[in-house]
Amino acid sequence: MLIAVIAALAVGTFTFRFAGVALRDRLDLPDRVRQLLPMAAAALLAALAATAALTEAGAAAGVARPAGVLVGAVLAWRRAPFVVVVVAAAATAAVLRLFGVP
Amino acid sequence: MRRDVAAIAAAMLAVGASFGAIAVGAGIPVWAVVALSSIVYAGGAQFMAVGLIAAGSPFAAVFAGLLLNARHLPFGLAIGDVFGGRWSRRVLGSHLMTDEATAFSLAQPEGEARRRAFWFAGLVLFLAWNVGTIVGVLLGGAAGDPAALGLDAAFPAGLIALILPALRDRDTRRVALLGALVAVVTTPLLPAGLPVLLALTGLTVLFLPRRRGHPPVPAADSALEPAANPAPEPAAGPAPELAANPGAVPRTGGRVATDAPVPGREESTC
Repeated sequence: MLIAVIAALAVGTFTFRFAGVALRDRLDLPDRVRQLLPMAAAALLAALAATAALTEAGAAAGVARPAGVLVGAVLAWRRAPFVVVVVAAAATAAVLRLFGVP
Repeated sequence: MRRDVAAIAAAMLAVGASFGAIAVGAGIPVWAVVALSSIVYAGGAQFMAVGLIAAGSPFAAVFAGLLLNARHLPFGLAIGDVFGGRWSRRVLGSHLMTDEATAFSLAQPEGEARRRAFWFAGLVLFLAWNVGTIVGVLLGGAAGDPAALGLDAAFPAGLIALILPALRDRDTRRVALLGALVAVVTTPLLPAGLPVLLALTGLTVLFLPRRRGHPPVPAADSALEPAANPAPEPAAGPAPELAANPGAVPRTGGRVATDAPVPGREESTC
C-alpha cells in the first residue's frame, strides 16, 4: 500500500510539473498571453508566501511567524540583501518564540 | 544569486532533516522516506502525506498531496522555456521545479541568466532537501525543531524578497495582491492547495477597468483542468481563455523580471 501511495504521488506530481512545460510548447500562445504567464506565477508565489506567513493548517498562524515575515518583507522593501532578509525573518520568529510568543 | 540560493538551501537542509526525523518517528520505513524526498520532491505534500499515512488514510494522502502540487502546472507554463528543447533536460527540469526554484528563475531577466538561475537553484535545492532528509533519518529526534529556529518565517520572507522586484510593475502588483488576498481569505474554508490555485483569479483585475464585451471569467476555475483538456479551445485553460480578451491584455505588463539588476543585489553574479 505504501509503495502505491508514493508511486501515485510521484507520478501525479511529475505529471503536473511536466504538463505545464509540455503545454507551453503545444499551445501556440500569442505573445500577449505569454506575458500573462509570469504574472500568474507571481500571483501563485505571492499567495504561497501569504498563506505560509499567516496560516497554519487552515487557521491563524500565531504571532511569531507573521512578525518574522513582516520584518523580512520590510527589509526586502528597503532593498536589503536577500540573505539579510531571510536570516532576519528567521531570527525574529526564533527570538519571539524564545520569549514564549506563540 | 549563488549566495541567495545557499541561504535557502541551508534552510531546506534543516527542514528536510526535520521531515526525515518526523517521518521516521511516524513509523514510515526509511526507504519510503528517502523515496518521498527524491521522487515526489515536494515538501508540503510530503509532510501532509506522512501525517495522513500515519493516520491510516492513504487515499487522502494521495488526493491532498496532488491538490497541493497542482500549482506546478502553471509554474511550468511560466518558466518551461528555460529547460531548452532536449527531452532529458525537460524531464529533469520539470522534476526540479519547486516554488523556490521558480521564484529564483523569475527574479532573473529572461534568457541565459534565467536559465542558469533555474539549474543552479534547482540542483542545489534538490541536493539540500535530500541530504537534509537523510540527515534527519539518521539523527531522528535529535534533528531539532525548525520552528524553534524560525525557519517557518524564513521561507515566506524569501519568496517575498524574490517576487518584490516583479511587484514594482503595477499590473503584476495588482494581480499578485488580489491573488494573495483571495488565497488567505479562502484558506480556512477550502482544502490545502485550492486557495493558492484560486490566486489565479487575481488575473481578473486586468479586465476590470476596460470591459470589451466579454465578461471576465475567473481563471482558476478552469486552471485545474488543462492537463485533462489540452485541446487549444477557448475554454481549455487560463491562457486560451484570456486570448478571448486580447484587447484587455496590457501590452507591456507581465514581465516578472526586469532587465535592471535587482537593487541591493548587484554584487551577486550567477
